Amino acid sequence: MHEQTAHPFGKRKRIHERVIETTLFLSAMLSILITVGIAFILIRESYLFFSDPDVRLLDFLTGKKWQPMIGLFGFLPLLNATLTTSIIAMALGIPIGLFVAIYLSEYASDRSRGILKPILEVLAGIPTIVYGYFALTFMTPLLRSIFGETTVEIYNTASAGLVMGILVLPMIATMAEDAISAVPKELRLASYALGGTKIETTFRVVIPAAMSGLSATFLLALSRAIGETMIVALAAGAGPKLTANPFEAAETITGYIVRISGGDVSYNSIDYNSIFALGLVLFLITFTLNLTSRKISSLFHQEYD
Amino acid sequence: MQTQSLFGTETDINTLMGKRKRIGLLWKVAFLFSTTLAILFLILLLLTVIDSSFGYVALRNEVEPSSLIAGKKSVKDFSRAELERVAATNLSSGILRRVEYEKPLEQRTGNDLVALLEQYVIKPKVLKTWGLWDSLTHTKAIDEYSRSEEGSYLTFKSWINAEFFLADQSADPLHAGIRTAFLGSLWIILITFLFAFPIGVGSAIYLQEYAQDNRLNRILQLNIFNLSAVPSIIYGLLGLAVFVRAMQSFTSGSMFSSLTDATANGRTILSGGLTLGLLVLPVIIINTQEALKAVPASLRMSSYGVGATKWQTIWHQVLPASGERILTGTILALSRALGETAPLVVIGASTFISVDPTGIFSKFTTLPIQIYQWSARPQGAYRNLAGAAIIALLILLMLMNSTAIYTRDKLAKKKRLES
Repeated sequence: MHEQTAHPFGKRKRIHERVIETTLFLSAMLSILITVGIAFILIRESYLFFSDPDVRLLDFLTGKKWQPMIGLFGFLPLLNATLTTSIIAMALGIPIGLFVAIYLSEYASDRSRGILKPILEVLAGIPTIVYGYFALTFMTPLLRSIFGETTVEIYNTASAGLVMGILVLPMIATMAEDAISAVPKELRLASYALGGTKIETTFRVVIPAAMSGLSATFLLALSRAIGETMIVALAAGAGPKLTANPFEAAETITGYIVRISGGDVSYNSIDYNSIFALGLVLFLITFTLNLTSRKISSLFHQEYD
Repeated sequence: MQTQSLFGTETDINTLMGKRKRIGLLWKVAFLFSTTLAILFLILLLLTVIDSSFGYVALRNEVEPSSLIAGKKSVKDFSRAELERVAATNLSSGILRRVEYEKPLEQRTGNDLVALLEQYVIKPKVLKTWGLWDSLTHTKAIDEYSRSEEGSYLTFKSWINAEFFLADQSADPLHAGIRTAFLGSLWIILITFLFAFPIGVGSAIYLQEYAQDNRLNRILQLNIFNLSAVPSIIYGLLGLAVFVRAMQSFTSGSMFSSLTDATANGRTILSGGLTLGLLVLPVIIINTQEALKAVPASLRMSSYGVGATKWQTIWHQVLPASGERILTGTILALSRALGETAPLVVIGASTFISVDPTGIFSKFTTLPIQIYQWSARPQGAYRNLAGAAIIALLILLMLMNSTAIYTRDKLAKKKRLES
């Protein structure tokens, strides 16, 4: 007290400022706690899963059958279905999304951009369950009428994958447009000055220059597709199956987790622990993809900033 | 005479230029086609949903109205006295007692009695349903089907109607509605907001206004971006292990009172709301940070210049200046939570529940879960119900988003007037 009055213009200690800052810091730390919580829960339950005498890590990673009823825990069928749907989604979503992005950034007038971008936003804002319904009531009947009802099963990974492609399309288009627009105008002008046409400039100058941003986008989209749940839960079918045929039903990692947890599963059962082990696999895959994507895009920002 | 240049003759150059331009045009067509395709997908999606929400239904009555009163084909043709007499004689004693207890037959309106008779005596069963498109174009086939089925008749039904919004989840698709699911969704969103908004905005203020550029804060930022890309189903697993299981006595309310519904086992609105709160937290943080970034540094500097402290500057200058953007970002994040299905299924939202949620310790179901349940059923009529529920969900989302945009515009206008 005495010291403060001695220096009337000195810095006063303001307790409540410190309290507020600490509170805000703690709320920011909660996000770290969430990550730690996710990692801790997944690892702990997975540890319980793998310490079960029926489960061996090697069988889990290489086994071709997932039948918990008879103690077979090979996760390849689930992984295979997840990859099948994701690859189909990427095969549809990447080219179309990229083309939309090129159209928006290089060709579209301000007016048509003003119409198209909100449409993409609407598409991106539709809940995934609606896409699942779309897969079930539109895409599957469409595929069946094209390829024949005997070839295409009622539940199949192709339908789920295609609709998932539509789901990631707006995300790819928006992020890819950002990446393409970030390429400096000088690069385009230099190409025109050398006699390049618009399309040559786009493909040989702009796209290569935006490549790091684009690959970051594609990785993030892949991560989104791998973690996507409701579309595959509705349209891809129940029951794990190792098949290369996209017209057959096959359950994905996420589809399995939803089906098992949707029923009444009792704690500490092998079923309960198994969804956490699969969750861990899912988390590791998507985490790696997200981190790589982030790394690439931060490199990209350094290039032109 | 052709001019010869380094790149060949003029014709060579011209053909090459022509070719290059054609290639350019082809690609432009491809880009335009892709964009059209994206729009087409949106239109198809909406049409599919609308298509299944309206259309013909083939029904068959368990008891024909003509067998109750000879010569009358529909309950609607019954006179008031006939309605009361038929209801009194044909309703089973249990149902009659319950109905009389709610409101005596004599005091009920004619429409009320018709509805009672249809639900408990006539009991129409859905044989087959058609979408709007089929109903308009394949009327002949629909007629033939109806004739081939003994005792069946056709009605054109709008699956989205007043009863659909007011009724609870019924086992009979003709009388099923979304009231319980709708209330569940609202409760969940409320909890999500109360949990994620203060923490999210607080984190964003810390990261944007206080944080130094050091290792810890860079990790914090990277971690938030990572969290925003973690699949939603993982949050479901987190919620299941933490809120439903580990904190069961808290989330089921048994810690506070013994009167709460014990059958919920922690699978309550509180658990669901907190799980979705964790899910949208990174989204709210990122959106709020963007809003704070948009506040010009000069505003902060002038506030410091007149002697305000850091917090005074944030509270009196930065937050009011960015308020509408923060609000918009939050509403957009909440509309994402409103559409989430997977995490709530994982934490074990009830699949069949016809009792309205009464508080945060109630069992619950939400609109997206209801859509999931109905879509997953093989019977046709449930698909129609799912379509109608999707329309309700999309309308709700549209209302939320337009509120966000409206509030933003209004606040921006007010600010312009003040300055």
